[in-house]
Amino acid sequence: MSKVLTPKSRRPSSGVELDTVDEDALEHPEAAAVAPSSTLSTGIVATIEAGSDPAQGLKPRSELTARELMREVGAVLRMSEAEAAKLSSNQTDLPDEDQTMIINMGPAHPSTHGVLRLMLELQGETILRCKPIIGYLHTGMEKQAEALTFIQGGTNVTRMDYVSPLNNELVFSLAVEKLLGIDGDIPARAVWMRMLLSELNRMSSHLLFLATNGMDIGAVSMMIYGWREREEVLRFFQKVTGLRMNHNFIRPGGLAADLPMGWRDDVLRLLELIPPRLEEYDILMTGQPIWRERLQGVGVITAQEALALGATGPVLRSTGVAWDLRRSMPYLRYEDVEFDVIVGTYGDCFDRYAIRLNEVRESIRIVHQILDQMPSGDYRIQDKKITPPPRMRIDESMEALIHHFKIFTEGFKVPEGEVYVAIESPRGEIGCYIASDGSPTPYRMHMRAPSFVNIQCLPHMMRGGLVADAIAVISSVDPVLGEVDR
Amino acid sequence: MAATDGYITGDSRGQATVFATPSTYLKLMKALLDDTFTTCSDLCAVDYLDFPQRAVPAGVTAERFEVAVNLLSIARHERLRVRVEVPAADPVLPSLFDLWPGTEAMEREAYDMFGIAFEGHPDLTRILMPEDWDGHPLRKDYEIGRIPVQFKGVS
Repeated sequence: MSKVLTPKSRRPSSGVELDTVDEDALEHPEAAAVAPSSTLSTGIVATIEAGSDPAQGLKPRSELTARELMREVGAVLRMSEAEAAKLSSNQTDLPDEDQTMIINMGPAHPSTHGVLRLMLELQGETILRCKPIIGYLHTGMEKQAEALTFIQGGTNVTRMDYVSPLNNELVFSLAVEKLLGIDGDIPARAVWMRMLLSELNRMSSHLLFLATNGMDIGAVSMMIYGWREREEVLRFFQKVTGLRMNHNFIRPGGLAADLPMGWRDDVLRLLELIPPRLEEYDILMTGQPIWRERLQGVGVITAQEALALGATGPVLRSTGVAWDLRRSMPYLRYEDVEFDVIVGTYGDCFDRYAIRLNEVRESIRIVHQILDQMPSGDYRIQDKKITPPPRMRIDESMEALIHHFKIFTEGFKVPEGEVYVAIESPRGEIGCYIASDGSPTPYRMHMRAPSFVNIQCLPHMMRGGLVADAIAVISSVDPVLGEVDR
Repeated sequence: MAATDGYITGDSRGQATVFATPSTYLKLMKALLDDTFTTCSDLCAVDYLDFPQRAVPAGVTAERFEVAVNLLSIARHERLRVRVEVPAADPVLPSLFDLWPGTEAMEREAYDMFGIAFEGHPDLTRILMPEDWDGHPLRKDYEIGRIPVQFKGVS
């Protein structure tokens, strides 16, 4: 296959200019043979000349340093200098560049989960190099956080990983509480409510993964089923928080409100509804030869590599490392509930699928225990400094009204210091680093987004695989681009 | 802990921290990697331009930038935060890519947002902002952007 030349000076954000393909075919007749393929794909995948992008894109191999090349071919582990030199100078490992072509996938591609863009170097259908390019959903949330008070911060962080918003709020609240020094004083009911919401959120997030994973692989009916079950969970969230997503319900000091009347019945109904549906998924997918063929042995990563890359969550557990922060470094009251940490063996896409499917079952187990142990009491800390007065008091007390007004306009001051708090989100370790200068706004708020780190595994998992498997690999990492780009 | 002997250690709300300088940084990190800290959870930078009076332990010179690296020891279930003071005049640190390849994206982010260069990084380009962007957005002397309003100033 000859190298495909397509229009130059294409900016990464400009997407694909289909109309220019023809002109180009005239200039370079040898490209005409390949042009239909890029038109057929309705402009979603287009071939691109190596180096036609600015520095962020995939460059021709000759312009790369040995280490950059190592990274793009997925050689993440520490290599000796000799090995690296061999790889870069002879490139014995890779065919000549005129045998290969560079393909741009995304950023607007239905199966790349939002606006993830990949540049792939292919030989035929085999992926030789891969470079994920991100930033298309960057909205400066960390900068914005510096202008929002600690009370307002929740509305900001909840929008990062919009598939598991409650976990984002939780980690932010835990970090603020640690800075305030009240992390040990949160009422028991608030702690258990947080666990309940966090686990239900894990279920909804994993159900969404099952849906999108099914869609990416071609099991389109699974997409409908996954969204259907997730919607049931979101309906409960709507009843509790008033919103399906972006709740801002878990706040520093506790929660925004108590659980509504009849919440227990709603949760029990969910817990009855979902397990038989999971059995259906097993019949529909887990045992199916097509499904297994499509995922088993695809996108393999070893434990060593996953650890070196900082991968967490199902990606790490699929390699056999039983690392789950709920178990290993318990927060909230996870040491008081029984559950199993699901681990895989092969580190392939199938393991990651099976882990998430079974984590839904474990979450159901945890939620049952939470229902049994949910204490009564207050749902937020009664600390006048950070808790607004109850609504009833505002009507009868001028001081309460002023207090309420002050808390929501000025916010509360948080003592100087810096903390890093991490919890297990459905995607892995989500961490919140806050530095405070003693004012009511964070001096710096940084989120360690699990998808941002996990996405670095893509070149490694894709190396030597097929383009069609690339979709399965992206899907199995389950990145949420809102949190990757923040 | 043997690996942090000779370094200034601190405690931030019960979380272990250790301070390094740009010159001792890489040596300390190597020692920590050998001391079972096999995972680098997070690397982020802070611009302390507006907060120079912040409290640092005796012996540490507060500089404009600080890079905080959160390490995790899976073997010992332990976390440790390494804080490095990076002077504004020479915002350069050695890259941790050779020790923890997973820091690649994080260092690129710190470079993109703060302009801290990481020597030895394989691909030090902007990661979140467009390649032709001016300035480093998370620096404190960088204004929050605004959407121009058509009828402002009418009141």
